[in-house]
Amino acid sequence: MSDAEGTTHDTGAPTRDPEPTPETGATRERVGDGKFGDYGGQYVPEALMPAIRELEDAYERYVLGNEDGFRDEFRRRIREFGGRPTPLQRADELSQRYDTDVYLKREDLLHGGAHKLNNALGQVLLAKYMGKERIVAETGAGQHGTATAMAAAHLGMPCEIYMGERDIVRQRPNVFRMKINGAEINEVTTGRGTLKEAISETMRDWATTVENTHYVIGSIVGPHPFPTMVRDFQALISEEAREQVLDQVGRLPDAVLACAGGGSNTMGAFHHFVDDDGVGLYAVEAGGSSLAVDEEEGVAPNSASLSTGTEGVLHGARTKLLQDGDGQIVESHSVSSGLDYAGVGPELAHLVDEERVQPVNVDDDAALEGFHRLSQREGIIPALETAHAFGYLEEHADELGDLVVVNVSGRGDKDLEAALEETEQRDIDNAPPMDELTGGL
Amino acid sequence: MGRHPSQSHDSERDASQSHDSERDASGEEPSETRLLADGSGSDLRAAFDGEPAFVPYLAVGDPDYESSLAYVEALERGGADAIELGLPFSEPIAEGSTIQEAVVRSLDAGMTPERFFEFVADLDVDVPLVCMTYYNLLYQYGGDEAESGPRPFVERAAAVGLSGFVVPDLPAEEAGPLREACDEFGLDLVSIVAPTTEDERLEKLVDISSGYLYVQARLGVTGADVAPSDQTAESLERLGEYDIPKAVGFGISDGEQAAEIVSAGADGIIVGSALVEIVAEGYEHDRPTDDVAANLEALASELKAGARRGGEQAVPRPDGS
Ligand SMILES: Cc1ncc(COP(=O)(O)O)c(C=O)c1O
Repeated sequence: MSDAEGTTHDTGAPTRDPEPTPETGATRERVGDGKFGDYGGQYVPEALMPAIRELEDAYERYVLGNEDGFRDEFRRRIREFGGRPTPLQRADELSQRYDTDVYLKREDLLHGGAHKLNNALGQVLLAKYMGKERIVAETGAGQHGTATAMAAAHLGMPCEIYMGERDIVRQRPNVFRMKINGAEINEVTTGRGTLKEAISETMRDWATTVENTHYVIGSIVGPHPFPTMVRDFQALISEEAREQVLDQVGRLPDAVLACAGGGSNTMGAFHHFVDDDGVGLYAVEAGGSSLAVDEEEGVAPNSASLSTGTEGVLHGARTKLLQDGDGQIVESHSVSSGLDYAGVGPELAHLVDEERVQPVNVDDDAALEGFHRLSQREGIIPALETAHAFGYLEEHADELGDLVVVNVSGRGDKDLEAALEETEQRDIDNAPPMDELTGGL
Repeated sequence: MGRHPSQSHDSERDASQSHDSERDASGEEPSETRLLADGSGSDLRAAFDGEPAFVPYLAVGDPDYESSLAYVEALERGGADAIELGLPFSEPIAEGSTIQEAVVRSLDAGMTPERFFEFVADLDVDVPLVCMTYYNLLYQYGGDEAESGPRPFVERAAAVGLSGFVVPDLPAEEAGPLREACDEFGLDLVSIVAPTTEDERLEKLVDISSGYLYVQARLGVTGADVAPSDQTAESLERLGEYDIPKAVGFGISDGEQAAEIVSAGADGIIVGSALVEIVAEGYEHDRPTDDVAANLEALASELKAGARRGGEQAVPRPDGS
């Protein structure tokens, strides 16, 4: 592939000079064959291999090579349809609270209400360039499903979304949005009915329909080239943020924080900072209710695969996983559907091993507090996924330096019902009086 | 390593130890028959000598350990020439709902890789046995970081008398370390050939395979509800020139289909979901183990007879086989 030499992929015209990166060894190497150290790869059934090869080829030609003007069209559509660039906003109240400059990268303002459209629009457009006739996708929080349904409607592609039965209940507003955009929803009832099962079921669909269908995977997970390609589409976040922070503050941040499920908003927010040694990168995972794994039950009451997982193979890639000693994947758990996954992107796993990215986590309660804090103090209702990053900021602001960028991966409209219910069940100190709120539901 | 008679294979794989270069591991050379470490022929391959082979599949431990032993033994009585034993994995992405449910029943009843090996050791059958599972279970076995990779699993498999592996989520590109371990311990690695497999990949697949080739009869996942497609005959034709037995699976559920597939040129048939449905039905209706075993044996006999019939109708091949 074209850039095994430690340069970074851009999904469009470079906005900063491709300055020669210091040769710092394996850490900075972008591996062109889909391996990040030992992670990554293509562990998929043979029936899918030709489609994956076809996708690799399309990725190189259109996304990297701008063949037929793909990148130009993607840039135009993500601007006009998506509303990019998103602002980098100083959070005045939080800055005062922590005595640190806190800036928010406002992906919640992207069309659809989350960073997910960057990738969904890119992949649906790519599918069109490839001549595919049908789109399938999995979704956890429903944000990727919604973004994919929107992109498919926008570009005139039939679209089916797989979603776990549990998530269908937890994220009802997004189910409506997908249906209103014309997508068909396929309920997945196996396992705990969350993201892991939805991905497995979408792969099964794809194994059947691979000849005319493209699978729009929703994070930097799955077989090569998905992790690299999704990262490239999401890297718009850090491409803009880096330029904005230099422009608005005149220097690079000391830390960038992003929540991490599969890790697409995370790598999107980190990518253009990876070579900036002074910028700390913090992937905030869902600590759930506990970091322990219950081997007996096959359950981990968390989704902290970067912090606590071990190496294994799931959904097409070798990466860090929540698994038992035999290699059976355990059921993860988080108050936020979008982080509720037993795996994580191979690139993040690698950057954690290389100690370039710090894996950290906060529990469900801290995330709910973060949800209420950002809503009350900044007038931004964040997604429960995003709220984890603010939970971490609250606990560790004094260790993060003087200038912190937090990626606001999405807005919380989809979570109102779940957040209020969860808040009521727990004792969340900073929540508004619940009886007033839930009485009206 | 180094006991494998095919020198060129070995040197290439040795050069590809690092994961980064696995993609090129299988090389360009013409296919040839792999032999076992002791120089004898593979017993899996031998299962295809003579008449068309019947290769049934069951998920081990479904719905419980003891019944499952009886069910596998019933398949041999019904005429199985080799048996694929499914070791349940929590994310069986190549499996349709019938086998997914079998996997859940088995895991709920306590199946683990260690129990699986005990099961194989406890089985009273004479035909060769193939372990069908997903890569993570092979990869994790033996646990400690010092030896992560498939070797400890393969070593144990050889010790309990398994003959080979089918690993649906392990394409040729990633199969280097498993192939190497199989060569070391004299086991076969069976590759799946899909209807979408392009000609240029065939060579690569055949090259890393031994025992037999698993020819996928249609796209999609396992299941008896969707019959084999006419892509099967096409696949068999493309594979004709390669000197390795071709067993067709995915969607075969009765003797009629078995006969058809064999007469189209298959050397054997693989049947899973149709048999697993009998186990599921017995479980749901709480039937005695012996009754379920008898039903399994009956369908096995029908499938074996169908394969035989197909063999009699088959157009003779150019090489006279
Ligand atoms: C708002 C939001 N943030 C984060 C995530 C987690 O995904 P990822 O880790 O790929 O960014 C999701 C997933 O649905 C989401 O909706």
